[in-house]
Amino acid sequence: MLTLQFIPHTEIEGMDTDRKIRKLLAIAKENKIVLLEGRLKKEEEGELIRKTMEEIDAKFKGIELSVIYPELRHAAILQKLKSKFINMLLGDRTGLTIIGPATIIKEIKKDPDKIQLLTKEISKSRKKRS
Amino acid sequence: MALSIKEVLNKLFFRIFRKKKNIRLGLYGPPNGGKTTLANKICKDWLGEEMGVASNVPHETREIQIKEEIRLESNGKELSFNLVDTPGIATKIDYEDFLKFGLKEREAKKRAKEATKGVIDAIKWLDDMDAVIVVLDSTIDPYSQVNITIIGNLQARDIPVLLVGNKVDLKKSNLKKLEAAFPQYKVVGISAKYGNNMKRFYDELFNLVD
Repeated sequence: MLTLQFIPHTEIEGMDTDRKIRKLLAIAKENKIVLLEGRLKKEEEGELIRKTMEEIDAKFKGIELSVIYPELRHAAILQKLKSKFINMLLGDRTGLTIIGPATIIKEIKKDPDKIQLLTKEISKSRKKRS
Repeated sequence: MALSIKEVLNKLFFRIFRKKKNIRLGLYGPPNGGKTTLANKICKDWLGEEMGVASNVPHETREIQIKEEIRLESNGKELSFNLVDTPGIATKIDYEDFLKFGLKEREAKKRAKEATKGVIDAIKWLDDMDAVIVVLDSTIDPYSQVNITIIGNLQARDIPVLLVGNKVDLKKSNLKKLEAAFPQYKVVGISAKYGNNMKRFYDELFNLVD
């Protein structure tokens, strides 16, 4: 069974980078898939990878990470400005960040309109570990 | 193509900065993109010796490797830099993946542990880079979050970037997809292994830091 945990942007917006990442990793380490409203800052994504590496051990093999973000490249200037202004005021809550433990999620495939989570055979990997 | 104010400032910064010391040029990317193969090609071309060991087993480079004072010459211009080859950046490392390449369990576990440290070091070193070559395997889908995160982090730090689509000698190579994924950067297709298109690569390197 897969468990998806939704984290609204309001739940992490007041946190510093360290706390934010610890929270997200703690959920992933419980073998749950995080659905975070919006996205982390670019530097925070780098920090998430760094912290993930620090946490890797016999049980935790890392994460699969994917960010679905609306494509504004071809949007009208007014639309881009509006989006930037809203992000500035409320934080970057556009899009969705998916973080899943690598022991469960084999790959996250992104299409502009859909997400495919390719899962591992959990029973097989558990059997291997025991 | 007209240069943006940011690009002009970056170039100006480089001209002043380069007089003070050698540029630190980093090779970044996911594992198995061909960073060390490219580092070896550059070193072989300009120093006559290789830099590190490249292999098809992921995370072959697990420590930062530096080759100092590489001097490039092209069209009467000279460029001097310290080349920094970094371990491949990944979001997951499982020792079981190395077993598939014939490594023994103990060896694979040791490699996995060293690889995690390598990723941490590579990310820490981002702040010390003056310019970066991002080396991507042009036969693989470029839209991976690792690629996006590496490039996003370089962008956030205002570090000049040259994108290299490696392995163009392979049939599955798709540079157009790479260009479409990162339209804000110049993409050079090369084969570091066979030395294809290296002249253009060196020209773009001059453009990046000159």
